[in-house]
Amino acid sequence: MAVHKRAYRPYEGALTSERWRFLVLPRYGLLELFESRLLTVFYVLCFGPILIAASAIYIAYSPAARALLEISSASDFVRKPDFFFATLTLQGGLAFLLTAWVAPALVSPDLVNGALPLYLSRPFTRAEYVLGKATVLLTLLSAITWVPGLVLFALEAGLADGWGTQNIRIAVAVFAGSWVWILVLTLLGLALSAWIRWRIVASGALAGVFFMGAAFGEMWREVLNEPWGRLANLYYLVGLVWRSLFGMFAQRSMAQEMFNDGPGRDLPTWAAWAGLAAAAALSVWFLERRLRGREVVS
Amino acid sequence: MPPVIELDRLVVRLGGRTILDGLSGAVAGRAIGLLGPNGAGKSTLINTLLGFHPAASGAVRVFGADVRESKALRRLIGYMPENDAFISHMTGVRFVRYMAELAGLPSEAALERAHEAFFYVGMGEARYRKLGTYSLGMKQLAKLAQAIAHGPRLLLLDEPTNGLDPPARQRMIRLIREIRDAGQMHILISSHLLRDVEETCEEVVILKQGRIAAHCDLESERRSNRKFVELETVGAATSFTDAVQGLGAECAFYPNGHGIARVKVVLPDEVEMRELFRLAAEHDVQIRRMNYRRDSLEDIFLAAMKEEGGERGRP
Repeated sequence: MAVHKRAYRPYEGALTSERWRFLVLPRYGLLELFESRLLTVFYVLCFGPILIAASAIYIAYSPAARALLEISSASDFVRKPDFFFATLTLQGGLAFLLTAWVAPALVSPDLVNGALPLYLSRPFTRAEYVLGKATVLLTLLSAITWVPGLVLFALEAGLADGWGTQNIRIAVAVFAGSWVWILVLTLLGLALSAWIRWRIVASGALAGVFFMGAAFGEMWREVLNEPWGRLANLYYLVGLVWRSLFGMFAQRSMAQEMFNDGPGRDLPTWAAWAGLAAAAALSVWFLERRLRGREVVS
Repeated sequence: MPPVIELDRLVVRLGGRTILDGLSGAVAGRAIGLLGPNGAGKSTLINTLLGFHPAASGAVRVFGADVRESKALRRLIGYMPENDAFISHMTGVRFVRYMAELAGLPSEAALERAHEAFFYVGMGEARYRKLGTYSLGMKQLAKLAQAIAHGPRLLLLDEPTNGLDPPARQRMIRLIREIRDAGQMHILISSHLLRDVEETCEEVVILKQGRIAAHCDLESERRSNRKFVELETVGAATSFTDAVQGLGAECAFYPNGHGIARVKVVLPDEVEMRELFRLAAEHDVQIRRMNYRRDSLEDIFLAAMKEEGGERGRP
């Protein structure tokens, strides 16, 4: 019978697995996000630095390519952890921009339009809602950070015999460092979007947390001549964590260059881990407070 | 009939205030009205049924399962909230499909049922339009579509006719009646509009200040009050009223002059109404007008609002 002629009937068919039902959210979320051409173009551009890095690796190991490009000697830079650290730093910045764009688009419309009770009146918990929305960001950010980072590592390991096994720490650092950043960005992005609700303001607030936090941390350090105010500088904190993961403490890092650090003016690594963990925990607390079927005002 | 909703000394506190104060009772009707003035706790009760608000003490059970302990129970519930609840940039059919998938339907089945639900609520032509472009009445119908698409056994409708113009309200009432008469699901309608509840419900729970002020079966109320009859007659005389009293009825006669009189009768349960017509014919009395005097829902509601504490009707 044609659909428009049918009367109401109860549903007696099969049900999907409850465990994986949260994946409905990323499926719809990703489809909607890529309906925006602007976002699609930006996302494609996020792979630009990876292509450049892959080209650099290829050129460093290919005499024919160097001859074609008239480069006299192979650079040693691509063989060092610094190369992967720099790539991760760049991709980490792009990941931040992507989060500021995407996170508010995921949560804010549900809250502005009062759709949350519809989600939560179904066999669907708040944790599953957050997990579903977070999966969108985790997927997008993974695809521009650790996934291409490991591809670069595999490319270099394939081109240079023995380099992969000698530098396995780089692969671990790319994977673990990316996930630390992805988790912090995802939780913070979702929490700010749930708190503020207006998409543009939420994007601005996320940028504010990073840039104002960085400005505050550096002012604190300059005025009081001690580093603890830099706990508010999340990009600095993740930089410290990455440096520890890459084993780069003996050298001046890009973060040190950027913020003109002298010896002894860095936070201890445990403080960086603790700062990022606190930011993530605060975000989870915000989400727990804001994502409710009904808001109760006391 | 097993109870649909059971309340066991339910207390709900929000923001330091007691909103629901020891509600107890069970409802089993096909269409249940939840009435009460603003702030009586109607929406809080619905939110508690959905597990949005925790019980400070006591329990709520739906189809015998505690609402706080059974996530699967919510698959059996369809919810149409009072306020705007949609995703404005989605098309109607996509939104309903999305909601059906979240309720556990596979993607293809969810799509099919989303189309069906849209046609069922009479919005088939508008299903590919974005929800943000819908009128208020269309949004209400879209909310109803998402509430029924996954085939629930209990439909919670919170102020379903809110903000609707008269034709849209009639359409919504007709739909609710159709759903009720189809007999596939129970409906709980929260409303402050007595007429909506009277037109759609068989059973009514009236809340007042977080307590149950009245709980009655509208059908049996109507049946029990059908025996109060007021007649306007021409040519009636004491012989007629004597004959009526002979049926075992109580009868009062009020002549108005020119042969016109009002006759008030309380018929015993076993006497059918047609006996009055038979006696009128036998005594050559014209019955010009006949009114059943029955408690309207408004009477029941006003009585419940006047009563301080205690529960009217059955426990």
